[in-house]
Amino acid sequence: MSTFIVAGLLLVLLGLAYQLGWSKSRALSTPQGVRVHSRGQYHGALVALWTLVPAVLVLGVWAFFSPGVTHWYTVSQIPADVLASLDQVGLNQQMQRIRDLASGFGVTGELRTFEEAAGQNLARFQLLSFLIMLAAAAGLGVLGLTFARRRINPRLRARNEVERAISWGLIACSAVAILTTMGIVASLVTEAFRFFTYINPLDFFFGTVWAPKFSSTGAGDAGQYGLLPLLTGTLMISAIAMLVAVPVGLMTAIYLNQYAHANLRKVVKPIIEILAGIPTIVYGFFALVTVGPFLRDFGNTIGLSISATSALTAGLVMGVMIIPFISSLSDDILNQVPRTLRDGAYGLGATQSETIRNVLLPAALPGIVGAFLLAVSRAIGETMIVVLAAGNAPILRGNPLEPVSTITVSIVNQLTGDTDFTGPQSLVAFALGLTLFIMTLCLNIVALYIVRRFREQYE
Amino acid sequence: MTDTTLSAAERRKLVRDGLARRHLNERLFRTFGIVAICLALGFVALLFTDVLRKGIPAFTQSNLHLEVTFDPELLKIDAAPVRAAGQSDADFRSARLGWERQVAMLNWNTIIEAGLRDAAPAGFEIESRQLLTISESDARHRIRQLFVNDPDLLGQTISVDLLASANTDNWIKGNINRDLGDAQQQLSAPARALIDIFEQDGTITQGFAWSLFTNVDSRSAPASAGLLGALMGTFWMMLIVIVLAVPIGVGSAIYLEEFAPKSRLTDLIEVNINNLAAVPSIVFGLLGAAVFINWFRLPLSAPLAGGLVLTLMTLPTIIIATRAALKGVSPALRQAALGMGASRTQMVFHHVLPVTFPSILTATIIGVAQAMGETAPLLLIGMNAFVASVPGTPIEQATALPVQIYLWQGNENRNFFEARTSAAILVLLGFMITLNAIAIFLRSRLEKRA
Repeated sequence: MSTFIVAGLLLVLLGLAYQLGWSKSRALSTPQGVRVHSRGQYHGALVALWTLVPAVLVLGVWAFFSPGVTHWYTVSQIPADVLASLDQVGLNQQMQRIRDLASGFGVTGELRTFEEAAGQNLARFQLLSFLIMLAAAAGLGVLGLTFARRRINPRLRARNEVERAISWGLIACSAVAILTTMGIVASLVTEAFRFFTYINPLDFFFGTVWAPKFSSTGAGDAGQYGLLPLLTGTLMISAIAMLVAVPVGLMTAIYLNQYAHANLRKVVKPIIEILAGIPTIVYGFFALVTVGPFLRDFGNTIGLSISATSALTAGLVMGVMIIPFISSLSDDILNQVPRTLRDGAYGLGATQSETIRNVLLPAALPGIVGAFLLAVSRAIGETMIVVLAAGNAPILRGNPLEPVSTITVSIVNQLTGDTDFTGPQSLVAFALGLTLFIMTLCLNIVALYIVRRFREQYE
Repeated sequence: MTDTTLSAAERRKLVRDGLARRHLNERLFRTFGIVAICLALGFVALLFTDVLRKGIPAFTQSNLHLEVTFDPELLKIDAAPVRAAGQSDADFRSARLGWERQVAMLNWNTIIEAGLRDAAPAGFEIESRQLLTISESDARHRIRQLFVNDPDLLGQTISVDLLASANTDNWIKGNINRDLGDAQQQLSAPARALIDIFEQDGTITQGFAWSLFTNVDSRSAPASAGLLGALMGTFWMMLIVIVLAVPIGVGSAIYLEEFAPKSRLTDLIEVNINNLAAVPSIVFGLLGAAVFINWFRLPLSAPLAGGLVLTLMTLPTIIIATRAALKGVSPALRQAALGMGASRTQMVFHHVLPVTFPSILTATIIGVAQAMGETAPLLLIGMNAFVASVPGTPIEQATALPVQIYLWQGNENRNFFEARTSAAILVLLGFMITLNAIAIFLRSRLEKRA
C-alpha cells in the first residue's frame, strides 16, 4: 500500500518537474531574438532528473535502514523486566503481538498492560517515520526542482547535461557484465580457497577417489575429494557427444550449404535448430526414460551389458543436443569462404565433393576447429542431461557402457539444498566450479580467437 | 613430370578411367550428407513423438462422480461462528480457526466411503480401506472445503466430481500390467473389480486434466499434483528477467557500440561478454548461491534470486544480438541524422534504435525462452524445494516449470509421474514454441514495415 503511495507521489512530482522545466524554457523563448540553447524537453528532463535523484536517494536510505530502526523501536517498547524473561522465540512472538496491535488486527488472549501502549506507540511511530521519510523525499525533490528550475536560462546547456546523464546510465549498464564476471571469479576463488584450507589442492586435483562424507560428526574425516574420476567421466561423455555431433553436424552443414536446393534448406535448417532451443531437462528426461532403456535392451540382444544410465546414454543424447550448434556455426563459416576458391576448383574439373574436401574444408578448417572447441566447452558444462542420465557413479574407470559421474553432477549433488557453506562437503562445489570455469574459459578464449582470426583472414 | 610425355588421347583416357571412381565418391559423399540430415531430422521427430506419446494421455484424467451426503449422524459439529459486533479481527479469526479445526478433526473419509458404497452395486463386498484407495487421498480435503465454504450443506446430498487416485488412473489407462498377481498390484482385487464396474456404469469418466493447471504440486495426492505453483514461479522470474535484462542489455550494447572509445578496455569488455555467453549455466548458479543467497541474504527458493541469476545469464545474449543489430544499421542513416544537426545521443535514440527494434525484440524473446528452460542454476539456489503454494510475490518460496519437471521425474510413483512429467514437458515446450512463433511473426511483420 505505502509502496503505491510513494510511487504515485514520485510520478506526480516527476510530471510536475518536467512540466515546470518545460514551461519555463518555453516562456524564455517567446521574447523576440532570444535563442535558447536547448529545447524545452531537455529543460524539462533536466529538472525532472534533479528532482528524481535526491528523492530516490532518500527512499533508498529509508528502505535500507527502516527495518532495523523499527525493530529497535519495538524492542524498546517492551519493559526491561519482561524483556529479560523472554528468549529469542518469545521475543519474536511478543514483537508479532505488538505489530498486530499496531496494525489494528488485534490479538487474542489476555492483553497485557504494556502491550496496548506499545501497539499504539508503534503505530504512531510507523506513521510518523513514514511521513518524515515522505516529507524528506518530497522536500529534497522539491529543493532539487527549484534549484534546477532557477538554473534555466537561454544559455544553459540542458541537452548536454541530460545526454551526459544518459551516457552515465549506459556506462552503468555495461558495468553489469563486467561485475558479473568479477562476481563469478571472486565467489569461485574465495570459496575454493576456503575449500583448500580443508583439503590439500594436490589431493583434490590428483586424487583418484571421490568419496565425500556427508556426516558432519567426524570433524577430522571429511572424506576424499579426488577430481580425476569426475574429470574422466566429463571427458568421456564429451568425447562421445562430439563423436555423434561432429560428423552429423558437419555433414548436415556441408550438404545444406553446398548441395541442397534453397527450398529444402529453408525447411530443414529451422527444424534442426529446434534441437538447440529444447531445454536440456527435456533431453535429460528423454535420455533417462527412452534412450537408456533402449540401449540396455539393445545391449542384451547382442550380448553386451549396457547400463541404462551410462556415459554412452548421456553422451549420445548430448551429441544430439550439440548437432545444431556445430551445424549452424559450420554453415556460417562455410559461407565465409570466398566463392572464387570454389569456382577455381570447379574450373580445374574437380567434382563437387572433391572441391569440398580438398579446397573448402582446408580453407574453413580453422573456423571449424573453433566451432568444435566451443561445442566441447558446451558439452563439458552441460548439467541436466548428465544429472539424469549418466548414473552418478564417481568411480575411475574407462568403460563408457557403465555409469559415470561428472564435475557438473557433483556440483549439483554437493550444493543442492545446502547454503551455509561451512564444511568441505559444500565448499567443494566451488572448487569444482572453478575447475569447470577455467576449462571452459580456456576453450572459449582459444575458440573465439581462432574464429576471429579466421573471419579477418577472408574479410 | 611424366604427364607431359603423354599424348592428348592418352591423357583423356586416364581422366575417363578415373571418372567412374570419382563419381562414385561424389555419390557416396552426397549420401553421407543426406544420411546426416535424415539422422538430425530423425532425432527431432523421435524426441517429439516420444514426448507426445507419453505426455498426451496425462492431459486426461479419471474423474469420480459421487453423490455424497453430509450426514449429520457422521458429522457432529457446532454451528459456524458468526462475527459479533465489536469483536476484533484477531478474536474472530481465532474463533473461526477453532471451528475450522473442529471441522478438520472430523473423519471426512466416512462421507466419501458412504458415497462410494452407494455407487457400488448392492452387495459388493469390499473393505473400507480398499474402497478409499479408489479416490485420491485429498478428496476428503475437497469435501471438507465444500463444507467450510457452505456450512448449510449439513444434511444435504450433493453430487461432486472428485479425482480418482493415481493408481486408479493407472489401472484404467493400462499403465499397469493387468495380468500381474495381487502381490505386485498397487490396488487390491476387489478395488480393481469395482473400478472396472465404475468405468462401465459411468461413475468414473475420463475428462480433461484441469488439475494440471489449477493445482499446486502434491506429494500425498499424486493425481491432484499440478503445475500452478511452478507456472507462477516461472512467471515471476520471467518478469524479472524482462524488466532487468532488456534495459540493461540494450543500454550496454548501445554504449559499447555507439559511445565507447575504441580502447583496450572496450576490447576487454567485448571479450568478456563473449565469454560470459559461453560460461556454463551451472557456474551462474554457483554465483547466485555465493553472492545473492550467501552475501546479500536474499530469500532461498524465491523467484527473486532465480530471476536475478537468469537475468545475468540472459544479458550476454541480448547484448550480442543488439550489438549485431546496431552494426547492421546503414551508415547513411547515421550520417543523415548527424548532418541535420542531431547530437550523437539523438542520432542513436531517435533514428538508429527504432530501426533495430525488430531484432532487439526477437533477441529478447529468444533470450527469455532460453531462460525459461534453464534448470541447473536454479537447483543451486534452492528452487528444487517442495513448495505446495502459489507464490503471490517474487520473494515467496516457489519452484519453476523446468525444476518441477526435474522433481516429478524423480517421483517414486513412476507409472503415474512419467506421464505427468511428459505433460509438464509439453507445457514447457508449448510455451517456448509459442514464444518463438511470436518472435518469428513479429520479426517478419515489423521488418516488412521498416
